[in-house]
Amino acid sequence: MTSERVCYLYAVVATDDAPPTFRVGRGVDGAEVTTVAQGPLTALISEVPASRYGEPALTSHVEDLDWLTDTARAHHRVVEALARVTAVAPLRMGTVASDAAAVRDLLTTNRDRFGRVLERVRGRLEWGAKAYLIDTPVDTPTGSPTDTGTDTRTDPPTDTVGTGASGPGTAYLLRKRGQRDRARRALARATERAQRLHELLASHAVAAKTYPPQDPKLAGRPEPMVLNATYLVADSAADRLRAAAASFEADDLRVELTGPWAPYSFTEDSSS
Amino acid sequence: MTGDPNRYPDGELRFEGRSEPGWVGEPVEKRRLEESLSATDQRWSATDDGYQDGQRIALVDLLDRLLTGGVVLNGEVIISLAGVDLVHVSLRALISSAAKLLDSP
Repeated sequence: MTSERVCYLYAVVATDDAPPTFRVGRGVDGAEVTTVAQGPLTALISEVPASRYGEPALTSHVEDLDWLTDTARAHHRVVEALARVTAVAPLRMGTVASDAAAVRDLLTTNRDRFGRVLERVRGRLEWGAKAYLIDTPVDTPTGSPTDTGTDTRTDPPTDTVGTGASGPGTAYLLRKRGQRDRARRALARATERAQRLHELLASHAVAAKTYPPQDPKLAGRPEPMVLNATYLVADSAADRLRAAAASFEADDLRVELTGPWAPYSFTEDSSS
Repeated sequence: MTGDPNRYPDGELRFEGRSEPGWVGEPVEKRRLEESLSATDQRWSATDDGYQDGQRIALVDLLDRLLTGGVVLNGEVIISLAGVDLVHVSLRALISSAAKLLDSP
């Protein structure tokens, strides 16, 4: 019986901070969410079938989008509910232990580490910021703007074809090249501005992290994403961060702020 | 399987002395990819009273965080996806699903 079940872990909280009593709704796989306490730390877990969350099943499910979506949402639901009321150390999605004793063992072994994470995120939440380049020409490459460094930025955009151009073919090629160059410069300018936005937002945060730009297909927008960053922000500074994002002036950028999130991105136990 | 679904609490983590009537969790259920892929599950915003208020949480934003964030545990007792390149495989799955969607009329 027990050998058929494993423990899915969502997050760890300080036992002292854990609310006195709670009822928890469904977690992953529709399972009940319960707690395992060990000294100063309490883990939120669900017992789930090994057939779905055990060793080979877990890895084979990763490419199953339904499984991934359901698991991500259930994981998030539990973590978010906790983050609303206390400092929480989220676990990486897909962390599964063999049984409750193993969970207690993990809490003991990683006691100091969890303690540091909880201390770091206490009174703080995560905010995400994404910026998209708007009004970009259709033929702008959507990849990363890597080869823009050599552009002469001081050149004003111009349609005049250089001296000595002759013949419609040459003019066409030069025009095409001009369009490409302008698009590239627009992307470079937007990327620079996005960097300034990032620095501005980071000045309201205790830590910042950037993610790779999302694939336009997944982001659901055709515009290139020039910033995908996330910030650990004290609750008392959240309004200032929002105001800063809202007032950032950039006519070629569309800025989106998301959050607050549970501090998923700031659980690394390092000085960085 | 523990318990009867009708008797199941409303999905919320509910704390004594703190009432949040606006927040009604809903059971995890299969959702259509079209709803979930890019940006669009109002229900998922989970709250009428706070978190991500008025915002829709995009699955991609969530996966940015869930697949690369969080504490990674290792050890004998752990069956973890930590060793798997989650980002790579899941994005591959997402992109191929998105491509299928776009291809279909």
